[in-house]
Amino acid sequence: MSSTLLGIPSFYIIALIKIAIVVGILLQVLAYLQWVERKVIAHVQVRPGPYRVGWHGLLQPLADVIKLITKEDMIPPFANKFFFLLAPFLAVFMALLSIAVIPFGPMIDVAGHQTYMELTNVNIGVLFILAVSSMGVYGIALAGWSSNNKYSLLGGLRSSAQMVSYELPMSLAIAAPLLLSNSLSLRTIVETQAGSIIHWNVLRGPFPQIVSFVIFLIAAFAETNRIPFDLPEAENELVAGFHTEYSSMKFASFFMAEYANMITVSAMATILFLGGWMAPWPVRYGSSLVPSVICAFAGLILLYHGANAVRARDKKSFPVFGVLFLIVAAGFLAPMVQSWLMPLFWFIAKTGGILFAFMWIRATLPRFRYDQLMAFAWKFLFPVAIVNLLVTGFMVAWFQ
Amino acid sequence: MDVILFLLFAIIAVVCAINVVVQTHPISSALSLVGVMGSLAVLYLLLGAEFIAAAQLIVYAGAIMVLFIFVIMLLNAGAEGKRGRSFMASLLGVPLLVALLGLLAYFVQRVFPTARVHFGGFKGGSPRDVGLALFTTYLLPFEITSLLILIAIIGAVVLARKEMD
Amino acid sequence: MGEVPISWYLTLSAILFVLGVAGFVFRRSIITVFMSIELMLNAVNLSFIAFSYQHQQVNGHLFAFFVMVVAAAEAAVGLAIILTVFKNRQTLNIDDISSMKD
Repeated sequence: MSSTLLGIPSFYIIALIKIAIVVGILLQVLAYLQWVERKVIAHVQVRPGPYRVGWHGLLQPLADVIKLITKEDMIPPFANKFFFLLAPFLAVFMALLSIAVIPFGPMIDVAGHQTYMELTNVNIGVLFILAVSSMGVYGIALAGWSSNNKYSLLGGLRSSAQMVSYELPMSLAIAAPLLLSNSLSLRTIVETQAGSIIHWNVLRGPFPQIVSFVIFLIAAFAETNRIPFDLPEAENELVAGFHTEYSSMKFASFFMAEYANMITVSAMATILFLGGWMAPWPVRYGSSLVPSVICAFAGLILLYHGANAVRARDKKSFPVFGVLFLIVAAGFLAPMVQSWLMPLFWFIAKTGGILFAFMWIRATLPRFRYDQLMAFAWKFLFPVAIVNLLVTGFMVAWFQ
Repeated sequence: MDVILFLLFAIIAVVCAINVVVQTHPISSALSLVGVMGSLAVLYLLLGAEFIAAAQLIVYAGAIMVLFIFVIMLLNAGAEGKRGRSFMASLLGVPLLVALLGLLAYFVQRVFPTARVHFGGFKGGSPRDVGLALFTTYLLPFEITSLLILIAIIGAVVLARKEMD
Repeated sequence: MGEVPISWYLTLSAILFVLGVAGFVFRRSIITVFMSIELMLNAVNLSFIAFSYQHQQVNGHLFAFFVMVVAAAEAAVGLAIILTVFKNRQTLNIDDISSMKD
């Protein structure tokens, strides 16, 4: 090793610091993703959403966590205790494990040490994520069975069958851009999409992967049990599906697992199809000014409205936030942070866009009936994914 | 480091395998079998077989065992009863199995005393190499197994559907 | 640090195989018998991969892959058969399924 600190090689210390940062940020994001979802759904339904706990409901996740922790923790009688306790643990473990191979940005230079912005780079990264999501089915199946409750059992079985069925079109939809990128390592896949928006896998010749992108997103909705595929945990049909008998922190674990899975599939969609952390047009045409421009614009709007405010409290708060946004815009221009902040900005922007699409669709669409759901997977998505893979392979071989 | 990892996952595999055979409830056996497959996947990684390790987790532990667990849950299989155990079978069977194990271990020791495994010693297990061999040398078995899977699907659907009278 | 002799991997494979045989011979529930068969197949896969390491070729990996595929097909059909047997005999005990006289 090049250097040691207190006798431990620097590799381990950097890895530990990265793990701490990623886990810390991830757990905060999971809590606030729920707040964002409730706000988005509320505004789609023309109502304010969480509003009272903290400013604009920002302390709502904290209130929810306190409520969930202090609830009575019940185990139903005659339930199989070991599996009842194991199931949420498995679900959360698999959901958080898949974040380990996702790259957030290029190589950065921190205090003389060079390191990649990811926890680890496995050269079978795509297979690792597929394997971990296959193992995530166990948490749900066991939760449904061990609750000793017929609604939970039905919900658990349906949910596992749905997840296993939609793994097939998802794997085939993942295989198609791999033909274009020629590697299974997630970092290499992003690096082959460098350049501009034309080089992203979703628009790259010889065959733009638009169909694969759509199939992957649909399968991702089904894999994470989100609307329109969330019949197994529907509140009005099956009591609450597989997590009926769970209370307090175990219930919270299932929700944490669902949101972590959402983040993982959005990150995978970004990396495989939308170019990861690559900017839509090269830096020399000014793409590194985009976040500054957006923040400055927002700040100027706030300052303008603060000057002509109608309500008294807006006269004070709007200018303050306007100045804050302008400071953030200036911060994005600082050359020291540009090397790691810009790729991170693009990655978060794209992943956030897909997460917003998740929430938008939840607020808009009704849910599928179970037989419609399964017929859709096996009779429509699976053949379309196979044909798509065939056409991609043919075009890649033709134009080589 | 290799020795520690090997011993750890070998012990987990053996304990889970003993659990598969000893547990009365089928679900416990099934989950112990998943544990065996997981620890075997790590051992494959130690032997340089990256693609097979991932395929083991995706196909075996993630699909086949889920199918087992579905069937156990659907049939509501309970813990096995105790009746019908033949005492003679246990009396004769266990020593014979131990003898079989001893014979296999002895032959293994005799034929391969010196070959050693270290992590990174075999670099030909990447998906690229497996894919190259699969689609050139082993193309015929590949096509035949795809036909086999088609037959299995048809057979399973025919066997498991409701009788239409 | 330290290298593992390949005979250890093969011995582990032998132990798993013998445990699979024990489950196959001694258990009474059809599903557990089936799972012991899968255990035996896994043990054999480990042998294939270990030998592939020893000869530094990828052919062992291919064999293990085909074993996995055949095990998948066998599991599908076998479980369908188990479902049908349960529908007809209402029991999973292999002693009670046979309707031939003792």
